[in-house]
Amino acid sequence: MTTTATTTAGTRPPRTRLQRLVSILRGSPGVPIGGGALLFFAVVALTGHSWVPDPFAQDVINRLQPPSADAWFGTDEFGRDLFARMVTGTRTTLLVGATVSLLAGIAGVLMGMLAGYYGRLDGVIMRVMDGLLAFPSVVLALGLVAALGPRISNTIIALAIVYTPRIARLIRGVVLSLKQQDYVMAARALGARDERILRSHVLRNIVDVIIVQLSYIFALAVIAESALSFLGVTGSVTNPSWGGILSDGRTYIYQAPSMTVIPGILIALLVLALNVLGDGLQERLDPRLRGQFRG
Amino acid sequence: MTAFIIRRLIALIPVALVVGTTVFGLVHLIPGDPVSVMLGPGASSAEIDELRDQLRLNDPLPSQYVAWLARTVTGDLGDSIVQQRPVLTVIAERLEPTIVLAVAATLVGVLLGVPFGITAASLAGRPIDRVLMIVAVAGISIPYFWLGLMGIIVFAVELRWLPATGYLSPFSEGWASLRYLVLPVLALGFSQAGFVARLSRATTLQVLQENYIRTARAKGMRSRRVLVRHALRNVMIPVVTVVGLSFGVLLGGAIVTETVFGIPGMGRLILQAIQQRDYPIIQGALLLVAMFNVLVNLVVDLVYVLIDPRISYS
Repeated sequence: MTTTATTTAGTRPPRTRLQRLVSILRGSPGVPIGGGALLFFAVVALTGHSWVPDPFAQDVINRLQPPSADAWFGTDEFGRDLFARMVTGTRTTLLVGATVSLLAGIAGVLMGMLAGYYGRLDGVIMRVMDGLLAFPSVVLALGLVAALGPRISNTIIALAIVYTPRIARLIRGVVLSLKQQDYVMAARALGARDERILRSHVLRNIVDVIIVQLSYIFALAVIAESALSFLGVTGSVTNPSWGGILSDGRTYIYQAPSMTVIPGILIALLVLALNVLGDGLQERLDPRLRGQFRG
Repeated sequence: MTAFIIRRLIALIPVALVVGTTVFGLVHLIPGDPVSVMLGPGASSAEIDELRDQLRLNDPLPSQYVAWLARTVTGDLGDSIVQQRPVLTVIAERLEPTIVLAVAATLVGVLLGVPFGITAASLAGRPIDRVLMIVAVAGISIPYFWLGLMGIIVFAVELRWLPATGYLSPFSEGWASLRYLVLPVLALGFSQAGFVARLSRATTLQVLQENYIRTARAKGMRSRRVLVRHALRNVMIPVVTVVGLSFGVLLGGAIVTETVFGIPGMGRLILQAIQQRDYPIIQGALLLVAMFNVLVNLVVDLVYVLIDPRISYS
C-alpha cells in the first residue's frame, strides 16, 4: 500500500512494520492479553518435557489422588502425574490447532482467491465448498477420522478439510469486492498478469482478514480436537492430550473429579485466549467484517 | 414465490451431489481392503467375498459410484453390516433425541442470547456490557461437552437434583422428560447463547445507527421504547437467520453431548458404528445429517425472504 489516498483526515497510517505492530498491540487490550496467554501455552508446550516429571511413570498405590503438593493436578487411574500429563498434552493440542489452522488457511485462501477472482471457477469451487459445509463440522470430522484411522496426522487432515470451506467462502467474498477496486482494475488495464495481481494486490489486502480468521479457526480446531479425543475416536497412548485425559477422567468422575475438571479448564483457557486474540485483532485490523464462524 | 422455491430446490442438487460423493468416497479412504477392515480379523474369506459382492466393491469405481447414487436417491441406504437391517430403519430409531436436543438448545440460545446481546449493545462501553461480553466469550470458549460433565458433577452427583444420564421422549413422556433434558440442553445452549449474544450485540449496534432510530429518538421516544418498538424487530430478522443457518453446529454439538449424558441418539449410533466398523451406518448417518441440515437452511432462507419485506425473491 504505497498510496496515501486512502488516509482519512487526521489519522496517519503507521509507517514501518514495527510501528504497525505496536499500534496493533496498543489498539486493543485483547491482542496483548490473548496473545500473551497463547505465548505462555506455546512456551509450556515447547519446554514442558524438560521440567515436568515423567508423564508415563505409573504409581498404582497413589492412583486417582486429588491435587496435592506432590502432584499439583492429582494422579490418574494408573497413578500417573496429571500435571506432567497436562503439560505434555499442551504440545499435542497446540500442534493440532496450529497445523489445522495453517493448512485450512492455505487451502481456504487458495480456493477463495481462485473462486473470487476467476468467474469460471467460482461455480465449481463454491458448490464443492457448500457441499462440505452441509456437514456439521464434528460429524464430517468423525466420518473422515473413522475412515482414515485414529492417528493424529489423520485428525489434522480431517479438521483441515472441515475448516477449509469456511475460510474459502469468506475470502471469496472479500476478493469479489476487491476485484472491483480501482487499483486492481488499473493493474489489469496496465496489463499485469493475474498471478501478479493476485499476489501483490489481492493477497496483500486480505492478509489482515486471514490473520483474524486463523485465530478463530485455531480456537475451533482446539475444541474439535478435544471433542474427537473425548469421543475416543482419535488420540494415542504415546501422546497424552487434554481431550483424552478428559475422556479417561469421565470414567472416574466420582472418585477423582479433578481429572475431568482440570483438562476442561485448560481447554477453555486456551480457546478463550484465542478468541480474545481474534476479537482484538479484528477490532484493530478488520473492523467492518464481523465474519464469525460457528462450528 | 413458487418460482423462487423451485430455483432454490434446483440449487440443492449440486450440493446434494457433493454431499453424496463425499459420503461415497469415505469407504474408499479406508486404507487397505475396506471389507477386511469392516469384518475384522475373524472373518472367513467366503464372508469377505460375499460382503464385497454385496457392496459391489468388485465393480469398477465409476459404475460403483453410479449404482450407489441411483440407490441412494431412491432412499435405499443399504444394510447395517452388524445389525443386518436397513440403515434407514436403524437411523430412524435414533433421530428423535438428537433433533430434540438441537432444537431445544437453539431455543435456549436465542432466548438467553438475544436479550443479553441487545442489553449489552444499549449499554455499549459500560461495565454491564463488558461483563456480558466476557460471559459471552466464555460461553463460546468453554467446551460444551465439558460443561455438561460439570453439570453432572454439581447437579447429579453433589446436589442429586437431576439424573446424570438417560433420556425420556418428550412426545410420549411429557413433562417427566424435562428432568433428563435440562442438563444437556443447558450445556449445549449456553455456548449457543454466547454466540447469539455476540451476534445480537453487533447487529443491534448497527441497527441503532439507522435513521429511523434517530427519528424515533428525535421525536422524544424513550430509549427503552425505541429499543423494543424499533430496534428489536430489525435485530431479530438477521439474528434468527444466522441462528437458523448455524443449526448444523448444534446438530453436531448434540451428537457429542449425547455421549456425555448417555442419550441414545445419532451420536451414540455413529460412535458405535465407528467402533464396529459398520461403514454403511456411518455413511447413512452422515448423509442424512447433512441433508437435514441443508433442508433446515433452505427453510430458514425462505422464511427470511417471507418476513423481511425489503428483500425480493425475484
